[in-house]
Amino acid sequence: MQLSRIVRTAADILYPFILIFGLYIVIHGHLTPGGGFQGGAVIATGSVLLLVAFRYSELTGDLRKGWMKIFESGGLLLFIGTALAALLVGGVFFFNWLANTGSLFGIPVAFGPNPGEIYTAGVIPVMNLAVGIEVWGGLSLIVMYMMGDLEEGGERS
Amino acid sequence: MSWELLRLHAPALLIAVPLVASFAMPILGRTKLSRGIIALGAMALTSCIAIFLSYTVYTSGVLLYVFGAESPALSIPPDSGGIPIRIIFTIDALSAFMTLIVAIVGFSVFLYSMSSDQRHTGLEGYYTLFLMMIAGILGMVNTGDLFNFFVFLEISSLAGAGLVAFRIEKGKAVEGALKFAVLSTMGALLLLFAVGIFYWQYDALNIAAIASRMQFSLLDQIALVMLVAALAMKCGSVPLHFWTPDAYSMAPSSVTAMLVVSSQASLYGLFRVIFTLYGIKLDWVTVGWIVIALGMLSMFVGVTMAIPQKDVKRLMAYHAISQTGYMLLGVGVGIAVLGDPASLQSYGMAAIDGGLFHIFNHAMYKGLLFLTAGAIIYVTGTRDMNAMGGLGHRMKYTMIFFMIGALAIAGIPPFNGFASKLVIYESVYRFSPVLAIIAMLVSILTLASFVKVFHSVFMGPELPEYDTGREVPLPMLLGMGLLAGIVIVIGIFPAPFIDHLVAPAAQALVNQAGYISAVAGGG
Repeated sequence: MQLSRIVRTAADILYPFILIFGLYIVIHGHLTPGGGFQGGAVIATGSVLLLVAFRYSELTGDLRKGWMKIFESGGLLLFIGTALAALLVGGVFFFNWLANTGSLFGIPVAFGPNPGEIYTAGVIPVMNLAVGIEVWGGLSLIVMYMMGDLEEGGERS
Repeated sequence: MSWELLRLHAPALLIAVPLVASFAMPILGRTKLSRGIIALGAMALTSCIAIFLSYTVYTSGVLLYVFGAESPALSIPPDSGGIPIRIIFTIDALSAFMTLIVAIVGFSVFLYSMSSDQRHTGLEGYYTLFLMMIAGILGMVNTGDLFNFFVFLEISSLAGAGLVAFRIEKGKAVEGALKFAVLSTMGALLLLFAVGIFYWQYDALNIAAIASRMQFSLLDQIALVMLVAALAMKCGSVPLHFWTPDAYSMAPSSVTAMLVVSSQASLYGLFRVIFTLYGIKLDWVTVGWIVIALGMLSMFVGVTMAIPQKDVKRLMAYHAISQTGYMLLGVGVGIAVLGDPASLQSYGMAAIDGGLFHIFNHAMYKGLLFLTAGAIIYVTGTRDMNAMGGLGHRMKYTMIFFMIGALAIAGIPPFNGFASKLVIYESVYRFSPVLAIIAMLVSILTLASFVKVFHSVFMGPELPEYDTGREVPLPMLLGMGLLAGIVIVIGIFPAPFIDHLVAPAAQALVNQAGYISAVAGGG
């Protein structure tokens, strides 16, 4: 069974927008409501949309299970790696070693009400990004495994 | 990485090492060799850090580690208004004691698992969850933050549930895992609710900060009920034990041995809450008798349920419940005389010593027994004891290890179960002779039950269906041998062990003021 051309085309067009919106939530996690998990879940809905509109066997590239597994593990490794990197710069595990250094994400926060500068907060945006990648991979994988069984007659990969 | 850095950050590395290995496993653990190297290497490294950390704590006192702060000991930042706001690991002698248990059992189990689980697929996911569970247990026993305790409890429970379901076994294992997961989540939510009550009342999540402000108001009493109910369920004590036999018997054996340690980490949580969080402020006689009642019920119901079982691992699971009763009894007697210095000194401390010592011994001999059960199932392919027999002809070493474990659990000298049970009997007898006599009776029933297992599994003529059976591979024997060696060494020389490891842990448990000042003085 195949879904109609309208659904498939609409899913194709919507996918990049969902991706951008999810990434927006992830990267503004330290400024606006949302964050890594919420943004990652939004991105995962994009993968799920494609999975529903097409078959798993039609998906290619980074939408395969192998890549999703790498996203999941890679996100987690980036998260704990950021925390561990603090030990190397002389801080404590999970120490915010990027904040107020002037480098990436290191601009000091202005005092008082301000519109919010994205390059602040040190390791927090980095960890949001890590969690976003991890949740994207993890949630997509869950749906892929569940639907994979449904479509391919119980075959496990 | 320099030695100084390692010494300073050992508490963080204790959970970071298994977590990094666990996260890297799905990518790097595709082949059998790399998987084995990562899993066993990470566990060996974790065990080394754990032993080093325990040694540091036993020799130089309570160790603080404040996550995300400028320095590891900065528990109260200058601008926080006197409240420890960060997640803190507060590692006192009791935490070090539990960490040591995780280190020893974890390493044996991973060694064993290098052979026992290799017949299955999906092993990178298996070791991912297994290492995560180890990190969860280590976090539970070391954290000084109540909310953080909840987080690590969830990590170890959910990873444990995934591992129980690892061998699907026509849905039976999945059923046990689902039961485990649902009940653990309910328990964890009760615990979270209690944490919420504390946070609303005291504006703090840190155990030491809450303890120093504890009012024992009506709300605190409600929180106590929820905490005790949740943790008593997680440690598998009797009115709330029903998940234990299903989860323990359906999990792969190496996982079961670790689930025992996970339950004991919950037991640690129960004692930590009662002693350190509430301390002398609670109604110690009532709470003490409640814990004793839980212990007596677990002991008696556990062993009577164990006797008719035919599934070897289900039988051992009921014995695990029964043995948990001894720990609850020993420490419960300590709680019941907590506010009475004379009784506490004359037998209360000894009872707590006995209870804690039994936690250690139980982890060793129960882990050993579950591993031998796994070895038997590995060779025969069945868990039904009626279908076994005559295995002693082919599996000499497994039989010897089983005998050591069985005699230790029944409290026969010179094995470690005897040492801790004797301490419990002697001290409990001075509190209430009836309780001690029931405890001895339960021990006799335990022995009877294991004699039955021994006879039906190992004795008798060789059965034709197992005459091709061979002894299990070397890594499995090494894993069992390590635990068996500890059972014997502690059984023969219990005194130095009690003096240097158990008694400081019991002192740390009772010394609430010391725990609070360790955190409050760190600013």
